[in-house]
Amino acid sequence: MTKIPDINACHDNPSWLYSDIVKDHFFRPRNVLIDEENYQSDGVGIVGSPACGDMMVVWIQVNEDKTRIKDCKWRTFGCASAIASTSMMSVMATEDGGMLLKHAKRLSPEAIIERLDGLPAQKYHCSVLGHQALREAIEDFEAKPAT
Amino acid sequence: MPNQTINKTIYLDNAASTPLDPAVFAVMQPILQENYGNPSSLHQVGRKAYDTLIAARQSVADSLAVEPNEIIFTGSGTESDNLAIIGLAHANQSHGRHIIVSAIEHKAVLVAAKQLEAEGFTVTYLPVDEYGRIRIEDLLNSLTPKTILVSIMYANNEIGTIQPISLIVETIHEHYKNKWCPIVHTDACQAVGLLPVAPHTLGVDAMTINSAKIYGPKGVGLLYLKAGTTLSPLIVGGEQEWKRRAGTENLANIVGFAKALALAVVNTEQTATQLTTLRDEFITNLKTNIPTLFLNGHPTKRLPNNVHICIPDIEGESILLMLDAHGICASTGSACSAHDLEPSYVLSAIGLRDDVIHGSIRFSLGKYTTEEDLRYTVDTLTNIYHTLFSLSSAPIVNKSPKS
Repeated sequence: MTKIPDINACHDNPSWLYSDIVKDHFFRPRNVLIDEENYQSDGVGIVGSPACGDMMVVWIQVNEDKTRIKDCKWRTFGCASAIASTSMMSVMATEDGGMLLKHAKRLSPEAIIERLDGLPAQKYHCSVLGHQALREAIEDFEAKPAT
Repeated sequence: MPNQTINKTIYLDNAASTPLDPAVFAVMQPILQENYGNPSSLHQVGRKAYDTLIAARQSVADSLAVEPNEIIFTGSGTESDNLAIIGLAHANQSHGRHIIVSAIEHKAVLVAAKQLEAEGFTVTYLPVDEYGRIRIEDLLNSLTPKTILVSIMYANNEIGTIQPISLIVETIHEHYKNKWCPIVHTDACQAVGLLPVAPHTLGVDAMTINSAKIYGPKGVGLLYLKAGTTLSPLIVGGEQEWKRRAGTENLANIVGFAKALALAVVNTEQTATQLTTLRDEFITNLKTNIPTLFLNGHPTKRLPNNVHICIPDIEGESILLMLDAHGICASTGSACSAHDLEPSYVLSAIGLRDDVIHGSIRFSLGKYTTEEDLRYTVDTLTNIYHTLFSLSSAPIVNKSPKS
């Protein structure tokens, strides 16, 4: 059963706005793409805008039989929860041999928030965009002519 | 970036609240412990409290070069602003129902003005230029025979811009000559201890001051109100403060506030000189280390303790949390850090775009800030900038938008 994310999300450290997992992914983000010039991606997704405060780019590589995500990299402009949620999304997309593309396209923000041990309520809609960027990257891959 | 253990706190959020000066605490402590009476009581314990209150009020009056009965003690700067806007408008509406405020006033003034609008008053919100200064011609064009109140803050809490208060007062007086003249109020919360604030010198009829910004206790503020100015109270049910603010006086806080104000006023010039030097060196070093960074507000007509910057391509809440992990306390106008997720209206009013506002950071120095603190802050912020820039999608998207 899916746990409903706690709106206040400050279980263990009430003096912090964010959960320990959010802090961990914010201070030690996973799968950031530093050298985008030399990265061979199969698909790219961009969502958000600087004016809204959150904007992310997601790059994916797909495995040989084109069913699973092999690698997922990202860059995010935004607040701590935007950075942490993109980082967590990239972990979820690539763990256990990589997520099936059909599952990855349906990855929900709730699932990311749950893995982050919750987010403050006002951060739900603006900062959790990683699933959308991932979906765009997959669609970008699928739109390319087969080689 | 590791979330390391912090040994020292570098507090650069003095515009939000200041630490309590030990000298202020020293005068408050005996009152909290021993002077517990109600100044309105007739017995000896009450009389002792009354005498203490009278002395504190005299001290405040001396600090501001005004009369004791021109001081109304309140519970905060916000309450003083509310009382000034709503209380003065209500009491003087027989002369008209138009008031003028600037667009970048504190919410304590703006929301009070909105409330008056809902009651049928007309409110003019004066725009500001790119530095955050109102234009005198805009003010002149807004004055009408029905204008009863003009409220312009002395110095802005976010960007530190100083308004030409004396010129504003002269302009208004000249405009009305011998006719009934609107009351002029200024919110001086950020200015006390950094700029000269004597009401007679500035020429204002009403002024808000908050204790918590001048190394005094929280929970006390004052409204200076020139003798003869009529005011409707917001809090009723007691004779205190000449029936303009009911409620048993918060004696220890008032005494602490009086001490804090005396110290602030007597040291204004020295503090301003010292902080201006620190501020300007800090700004120069920040610009050298992060070349894309720019300063908001006026380059020279700004509070000696205010450094408000924008850093393109990275976001303020992230910067703030990383600074915090290194023991540095600052604030941001980024929407991401606001409960309502709205970007700062002050930064919008000076013409900044939302995406730039997201990268805004305010450092407000205080009398305990050292050169070493600021050097450490420059180094830390530079590292944070490189970390967040390496994560940021903004340079990629700006460079090659997805086709």
